[in-house]
Amino acid sequence: MVGWAIAVHGGAGVDPNLPPRRQEEAKQLLTHCLNLGISALRSNASAVDVVELVVRQLESNPLFNSGRGSALTAKGTVEMEASIMDGAKRRCGAVSGLSTVKNPVSLARLVMEKSPHSYLAFSGAEEFARQQGVEVENNEYFITPDNVGMLKLAKEANTIMFDYRIPIAGYEKCAGLESSVKMNGLPISIYAPETVGCVVVDSEGRCAAATSTGGLMNKMSGRIGDSPLIGAGTYACEVCGVSCTGEGEAIIRGTLAREVAAVMEYKGLRLQEAVDFVIKHRLDEGFAGLIAVSNKGEVAYGFNCNGMFRGCATEDGFMEVEIWE
Amino acid sequence: MGGWAIAVHGGAGVDPNLPLERQEEAKQLLTRVLNLGISALRSNLSAIDVVELVVRELETDPLFNSGRGSALTEKGTVEMEASIMDGPKRRCGAVSGLTTVKNPVSLARLVMEKSPHSYLAFDGAENFARQQGVEVVDNEYFITPDNVGMLKLAKEANTILFDYRIPTSGYETCGQGVESPMKMNGLPMSIYAPETVGCVVVDREGRCAAATSTGGLMNKMIGRIGDSPLIGAGTYACNLCGVSCTGEGEAIIRGTLAREVSAVMEYKGLGLQEAVDFVIKHRLDEGYAGLIAVSNKGEVAYGFNCNGMFRGCASEDGFMEVGIWE
Repeated sequence: MVGWAIAVHGGAGVDPNLPPRRQEEAKQLLTHCLNLGISALRSNASAVDVVELVVRQLESNPLFNSGRGSALTAKGTVEMEASIMDGAKRRCGAVSGLSTVKNPVSLARLVMEKSPHSYLAFSGAEEFARQQGVEVENNEYFITPDNVGMLKLAKEANTIMFDYRIPIAGYEKCAGLESSVKMNGLPISIYAPETVGCVVVDSEGRCAAATSTGGLMNKMSGRIGDSPLIGAGTYACEVCGVSCTGEGEAIIRGTLAREVAAVMEYKGLRLQEAVDFVIKHRLDEGFAGLIAVSNKGEVAYGFNCNGMFRGCATEDGFMEVEIWE
Repeated sequence: MGGWAIAVHGGAGVDPNLPLERQEEAKQLLTRVLNLGISALRSNLSAIDVVELVVRELETDPLFNSGRGSALTEKGTVEMEASIMDGPKRRCGAVSGLTTVKNPVSLARLVMEKSPHSYLAFDGAENFARQQGVEVVDNEYFITPDNVGMLKLAKEANTILFDYRIPTSGYETCGQGVESPMKMNGLPMSIYAPETVGCVVVDREGRCAAATSTGGLMNKMIGRIGDSPLIGAGTYACNLCGVSCTGEGEAIIRGTLAREVSAVMEYKGLGLQEAVDFVIKHRLDEGYAGLIAVSNKGEVAYGFNCNGMFRGCASEDGFMEVGIWE
């Protein structure tokens, strides 16, 4: 028997000038979701049930970039993606290109459990959603005025949204930045991915992970990021559960989520050491953050950029919700 | 510095009763594309150029399941996917859901080099293809009579094509639903055999690259994505090695198979062949798959835990081998 542990995140790479009110809203939401997860764990829900439940909650809230409140494509529409992984047998499910499904993480779970495949996308995923009878909404439901405004700014600045760069604290290392809090003349918060995720180890020591996002603001239609990719944005196995956020390409080329488990398995590192190792060595010039739990009931997080919205809690009473270092 | 090395594959999991004539055809194609790659390497092309060139050739030939000759979706259409990775800086590009792009691997390369993203799919990928001016054809171009026939059989048998199981040699260990060792759900295994294609190369400068391309599973659901376009699963390349996998999609994804080979080389200090053997033995549980790999030392290796894998390998010291069975 092991104590349970849970962590949630709402994205890595935060505008250092984020208004205090926004910071408070974010911390309240993270606290709320953490508490939901904690209740479920106290009722003995399994890890995979808890990660799904928590991420659904984050998707339904318009604050972060997933489900409602998703970043907009270059066309002003929403294309959502998510993945979920159950550590016990390493079962997994993923979806991309969703435009009407209210809770992408739940469709990812249905792909894992009710489809003959592991990953469904675009119209095929939407068709599957209808066969499964999940809740659907018009694409407009997911679009918030905030994000419409941000897309407009991004377009006016004529920026091509690369799987991009946000300066680490210290700012001296920024390339092409006019001031430390802007990129191409726009406040960094426009670009900040605010992908959401949750990792859980339950009382039986089973780990699970899930990640969900609308992707990059002003992205090309059809762009797939790291969040639905098993081994990159999400991973869970017998030893741990991991969810990542940040620069899509950096996370993909670094197979970041899998890496945490690999260094635990092959180098014998403990969870926090593994997280630190991966953040330090697998990212080159890229930036990212991640949250992780281990089958020993530990929780850890790491990031190499300016802030990550996160919350963690363990059965022994530890609880923390933070944004900055 | 080791010399160059190259490996190609045309899919793991082969019907033991595959007609000899088909076996010969396959070996001839593998030999031909291997020779293409070898010529290019002798002309000092970079690893990334060679893997793209070789996979383009495999896509163009209708024999294996990629580009022309792709497996068909449940609707009788073709949805192709591919990925490519350049070892030195671990740059990567991937595409899924292509219906008109003649050479998916080349579009994957363009995603890597000419788009702001790493992975584009379906309509978005098709739009990008047009912006880039790549060669496009009607979806019918990719559909072969062989595959139309196979889809029909699969549907008549009313099978749902899971990311499935082919028994290992010995047959006793087959999971349920296999009536005889040569069939699954009453159909010859060759209907299901993925025949995904791939190529891995290390060039004379020690740079590794990998690419994988496929039409996916016969009778698959529309929108199904497999392991081939997923970096770390079907394809991976870094400073140490280049890897391309084929077989049961879910097993390769949950096992992050391609990344695993390099991870055990890096973290356990294993050599290439040891790493390949370790991964095939320990990362697949009940799943089956095969993979080809090269190392920055000029080595080439392959492994599979199922009944056969279409493959060919060669290295600068004159070694060359094309095979199907153990």
